[in-house]
Amino acid sequence: MTSTTTLPGEIVPAQHPNLKLGPGLLQSISGTSDSATIVSTRAGELQHSANRSKWWIESNARRYVPAAQESVIGQISGRAGEGYRVDIGGAHNASLDGLAFEGATKRNRPNLKVNSLVYARVSLAHKDMEPELECFDAQTRKAEGFGELKGGFVVKCSLGMSRRLLDPNHFLLPLLGSRFPLECAVGMNGRIWVDTKSAQNTIIVARCIEAADPDGGGLDEADVNKLLNGIQS
Amino acid sequence: MRPPSPSIPEREFALSALQQSMRIDGRTLLEIRPINLTFGPALGCVECELGKTRVLAFIDSKMIKPPEERPLEGIISIHSEISPMASSAYETGRPSDEEVAITRMLEKVLRRSDAVDRESLCIVAGQRVWHLRLTLHFLADAGNMLDCACLAAVAALRHFRRPEVEVVGEDVITYDPSERPPIPLAMHHTPYVLTFALFPFASTPAPQQTKLSSTHVPTPQLANSSITAVLDPSPLEASLLPSSSPSLLSLALTPQRELCVVNKAGGVPVSPEEFLWLVKVAEERVREVEACLEGGLLKAKAEAEGIGSL
Repeated sequence: MTSTTTLPGEIVPAQHPNLKLGPGLLQSISGTSDSATIVSTRAGELQHSANRSKWWIESNARRYVPAAQESVIGQISGRAGEGYRVDIGGAHNASLDGLAFEGATKRNRPNLKVNSLVYARVSLAHKDMEPELECFDAQTRKAEGFGELKGGFVVKCSLGMSRRLLDPNHFLLPLLGSRFPLECAVGMNGRIWVDTKSAQNTIIVARCIEAADPDGGGLDEADVNKLLNGIQS
Repeated sequence: MRPPSPSIPEREFALSALQQSMRIDGRTLLEIRPINLTFGPALGCVECELGKTRVLAFIDSKMIKPPEERPLEGIISIHSEISPMASSAYETGRPSDEEVAITRMLEKVLRRSDAVDRESLCIVAGQRVWHLRLTLHFLADAGNMLDCACLAAVAALRHFRRPEVEVVGEDVITYDPSERPPIPLAMHHTPYVLTFALFPFASTPAPQQTKLSSTHVPTPQLANSSITAVLDPSPLEASLLPSSSPSLLSLALTPQRELCVVNKAGGVPVSPEEFLWLVKVAEERVREVEACLEGGLLKAKAEAEGIGSL
């Protein structure tokens, strides 16, 4: 993988018969289908997959723009008819249908209070429409971890940090997990829910995430280890 | 747009952590966030950072004719408008309750407590006085903007130098800073504001074997207190208080143990013992804040002299 820095409006040399564009890239409208130009819409590092079929721009931000199939942590901001209005940190509230839960029927569906938290998947994200959420896996229709989050605490971080935490090779969560058991749900909207046995450990997780955030402290593994030793001693 | 109220898990966790004398950012209950003062290129331009809260204070002066009723006093005006730059919760043109509270408190701390000697701002009685204009720019709101704004304002007043003037007969001669060094303001005292959030429950003392904070400040404990006081509340901690009557206690006091302003608008009742204890805690913290400001002023002065001698 190579990476180059691009700015919004730059033409990106992405060419592939089966081209897939990720966040930050747009097919320019003026081009025809066989000679379409790809334009970047964001500042960041241009990256592509090994066979050059998938292209995207890696950048860090704090403002969430919903994208389909991303898992997010939302806060119920109100009821709307059969469903709920959910704040997912974007420009608009998302809607969550009352039946979009595992095993929910007309008679038996979860009753969520205002200000409670849900872990959900964005099922519809369109620039002209309100985003929609679902609390089950699209294929299996099982919960797969989605649903209401009870207890714990929510840490807010930059979008880049939440993407990094989803990377299984990132050091932070395994490092924390080797010290004490923890439960964690990472939302792509820069919210991370954590729950541990004691309040102190939850605070440690929150502080480590903030310290490792590239938008905050930006500490690496050795520094976070040092911080942990300092706190836990 | 109003900021959303904290979610149920966040609220419950923050309250239970406070009951165990722990705070989310790792501070002890009576610890303020790190202060960072940047003295700008101009005299009387100071940017104050309190954690991630940032306020820029700027002072400029001009000569005006004093009003008839106070011919012997200079004028200080404070302009503090919170723009949406600080946070999306604020709108222009419509002052929020917080903005009104901050403006009133600044007025009390800086003007009504007579921090600056206004008579020394008089040049010719009834003819010419100095008009100091203090403008506060709220750059980022990460909680407790009042303390940050007051510290920025006080730092700016201490940093400011007005041009030297001389009265010859009827004329007033203003000297350029290169001719005669400008002179600092005469200040009666330097008040600092500290804000406590009060919660109506007793907290168990923090476990001693673990320190979540890097700078562990020993604080005197008050036995049998039915309230928990939290110094320099974060936005989450402030949002745990009931919004109708938030139990915030703001104390303005000087390092010389003078209490200038006490501001507590409703909320949890505080017993006399608890109140005296809070004042005592604030006294200790004020000394830390003062050390920070004095250190910054000395450094700024040394730098300015270094540039001047070149």
